[in-house]
Amino acid sequence: MLDRRSLLVRGALTALASGVAPRMAFAKAETDRRFVFIIQRGAADGLGVIAPVGDPAFVSQRGDLAADLVGAPRLDSMFALHPAMATTLGLYRQGQALFAHAVASPYRDRSHFDGQNVLETGGTGPYQLRDGWMNRMLSLIPSGEARAIAVTATVPMALRGPHEVASYAPSALPQASDDLLQRVSMLYQGDSQLHGLWSEALSTRELTGDLAADNGRAAGATGGLAARLLAPANGARIAMIETGGWDTHTQQRARLTANLRGLDAMIGALRAGLGPVWDHTVVLVATEFGRTVAVNGTGGTDHGTGTAAMLIGGAVKGGRVLADWPGLATANLYEGRDLKPTMPLDAWVAGAVAGQFGIDPARALTGLFPGNAGAQPVTGLIRA
Amino acid sequence: MSDASIALHRFGLGARAGEEIPADPRTWLVQQIGAYRAPLSGAGDVPGSAAVAAQLAAFYDQQRALREQYGPRKALKAAAATPPAAPPAPPANEMGAAPLPPPMNALAPASGAAAQPVMPDPFADARKAAARQARQDYAVMVAARATSALTTTTPFIERMVHFWANHFAVSADKLQMVGLAGTLEFEAIRPHVLGSFADMLNAVERHPAMLLYLDQAVSIGPDSEVGRRIGARGKRKVGLNENLAREIMELHTLGVRTGYTQADVTEFARALTGWTVAGIGRGPGGMRDDRDAPGTFRFVANRHEPGDRTIRGKAYPAGGEAQAAAVLNDLAADPATARHIATKLARHIGGDTPPPAMVDRLTAVYLRSGGDLPTLYRALIDSPEAWRDPAPKFRTPWEWTIASFRALGVTTVRPAAIVGLLNQLGQPTWKPGQPVGYDDIAGSWAGPDAVMRRVEAAERLATRAQQQDARALAPRLFPAALSPATSTAIARAESPSQALALLLVSPEMMRR
Repeated sequence: MLDRRSLLVRGALTALASGVAPRMAFAKAETDRRFVFIIQRGAADGLGVIAPVGDPAFVSQRGDLAADLVGAPRLDSMFALHPAMATTLGLYRQGQALFAHAVASPYRDRSHFDGQNVLETGGTGPYQLRDGWMNRMLSLIPSGEARAIAVTATVPMALRGPHEVASYAPSALPQASDDLLQRVSMLYQGDSQLHGLWSEALSTRELTGDLAADNGRAAGATGGLAARLLAPANGARIAMIETGGWDTHTQQRARLTANLRGLDAMIGALRAGLGPVWDHTVVLVATEFGRTVAVNGTGGTDHGTGTAAMLIGGAVKGGRVLADWPGLATANLYEGRDLKPTMPLDAWVAGAVAGQFGIDPARALTGLFPGNAGAQPVTGLIRA
Repeated sequence: MSDASIALHRFGLGARAGEEIPADPRTWLVQQIGAYRAPLSGAGDVPGSAAVAAQLAAFYDQQRALREQYGPRKALKAAAATPPAAPPAPPANEMGAAPLPPPMNALAPASGAAAQPVMPDPFADARKAAARQARQDYAVMVAARATSALTTTTPFIERMVHFWANHFAVSADKLQMVGLAGTLEFEAIRPHVLGSFADMLNAVERHPAMLLYLDQAVSIGPDSEVGRRIGARGKRKVGLNENLAREIMELHTLGVRTGYTQADVTEFARALTGWTVAGIGRGPGGMRDDRDAPGTFRFVANRHEPGDRTIRGKAYPAGGEAQAAAVLNDLAADPATARHIATKLARHIGGDTPPPAMVDRLTAVYLRSGGDLPTLYRALIDSPEAWRDPAPKFRTPWEWTIASFRALGVTTVRPAAIVGLLNQLGQPTWKPGQPVGYDDIAGSWAGPDAVMRRVEAAERLATRAQQQDARALAPRLFPAALSPATSTAIARAESPSQALALLLVSPEMMRR
């Protein structure tokens, strides 16, 4: 009877024969660069994470929500980092964390679902593009490195598109028997959709070994799992992790603290799990839009516009907060309520991807964010 | 696919072992409209929102009593000489989040208290007991929903119940939502599934689960009596929460980008102030008196923002509770709502990319009938786009689980088992995590890992199934629609149980 490894090989041979094999790596030399996108679904409050405590209007605008932040560790003369992010603070002080503030995607309304669609597709408006910018990124980088995985049960929008992408999340179901797996392979042979999904599922299972027993419920475990999928030489080069719980309409203080503690643990586990590979890694943390500057009637904040984003990793030229700070005085706010965006998130992400994979920045911008080609990519984010 | 197979799978919930194949598929579907009985309200030991709310109210009372006895919880922890600068504990109603949250969404690590030396903590004990009760209620409700789907004689209408419950999604994330989430379907969706859209909308937006989930229960008019009183004390900011107003317009009725503005959302939020829940609506000015049983919808005049409102160019004179109700009725009758609902129904039956002609027809039917749901269901059955090959929909984890159980002839489920299975397959019931509900497109469900999990689950279900001969069962489940590949795989299987597992994960079962 076949074991899973020989099954895989057979699957690959079949794929080759039918001409749908992954493109072979030729031209460019491979490097060992890794890129991780941690998406914050629900509109994370950038003002509560990277707090502009040096802005004279901060305390009056933020009311109760300022309390955790006025004494928080300072990043520079303007910004402080939320105290729940101790690991991230350490990385910042080692020059491995870079923050951008008052950033926004091109989307200017306040629907989570449309906003996440723009954040993930890289379009200038919702539902304008049908594939995700991370999938398009796979066309830009050396093809030998174009292996991506979603650390989720299904593939999120940012990774969807013509390039095949694997997905994996821990499962407590007992593993199916090898014989059944083999028969399912045969059953799906004539069904192009299921055949493709099944080949991915088998190869991912092969890579993770006994991880299925792990219950990745905590964020740290998820970060560790992602690291295990990324660390091997033949592992994924690009990964995406989804996080939720950022839509803090009520009781933001406690909820944001708990969420940031989880995010910090996830980043710590990624760093620990990647070992020496961390030196070549960039982790992008970004959300669809920010939240209102003012606190609402229920100890929370409502949907807003400008927010903060992070680049973390050994490859990041960090220890800085990049912001063309618009100010929090009411007259300076976007539509009188939100942090005014002064830097396009797209330009920042394109600059990071370009630096990380040695792509021309203008080409990265056009490839990832085709509608935003007029913007100026932000360079100098990544160590050479 | 044959018409019979389409009726059983695409419109229904999957064919059931031992059931007769409908001779006239369209008639079989239409007669279900007359035959449906809303079964689950108050059925057997399934708790309603009144019972769940009473438990929550008792828990909040207990917490208040503990605070009076010990002072704030933080003080108790400090007295126990915990390590310095313990970060603030998440508030009580955020804790024991939910039964087995899906792995990737549970970002917050388990309670920070766990790592510290064990001190008696009556707050934590009370919270644990409340969370346990909520999880138990939730599981009983999920099992009741599944049992109904497995035994119903009107599976098409049952599918429509699931459709509307997802359209009006709430999510069992916070403690108070865990027990309440399912009661919205039982009390506001099922009784109205054969009524008008406006009736269902009015029932949903007054239901305690929705009022709490989208924060309406804590929204206060800044110029209302309560708002001004609290404002005058100057200590706490109180005011509007526009969450429900926005999601009613964006998700429940008009649909996103249909011409309403931020100002419309805010005006609607003002009109909705005062709509709250007795006994368990927390926050400033929360309901402490008990004129009404906990969980009852209540209009509290002294929290309502006084004055006339203008929404989408139309004036709504001051009128207390009736003001927001008038807005709801106008939203239900709006052409944008008709198109939004028509699009979602067409996507559910006609395919991920809703056929434009089908959407146009359903929109017209909606407007002509005043949003009469049975008329819309008949129009779905009459849509030629609904009867085409190949199967346009990839089954969601819920749909696949129910179809598999029906195929195996299962009629009862253990609450903990069904909850666990749906979590592992990636679609915990009533827990989409966001008010938009679960996606209704293949891209969200057809992932490599998702398919692997179904294979793992199928093997386990098949092992436990009563002895069924998959060779005889398969052609009955898919009358005149079974592929040679599936027949061959089943015929060559090494055991009856392996044959059943292959049937459950066959391409025919994965789609509808």
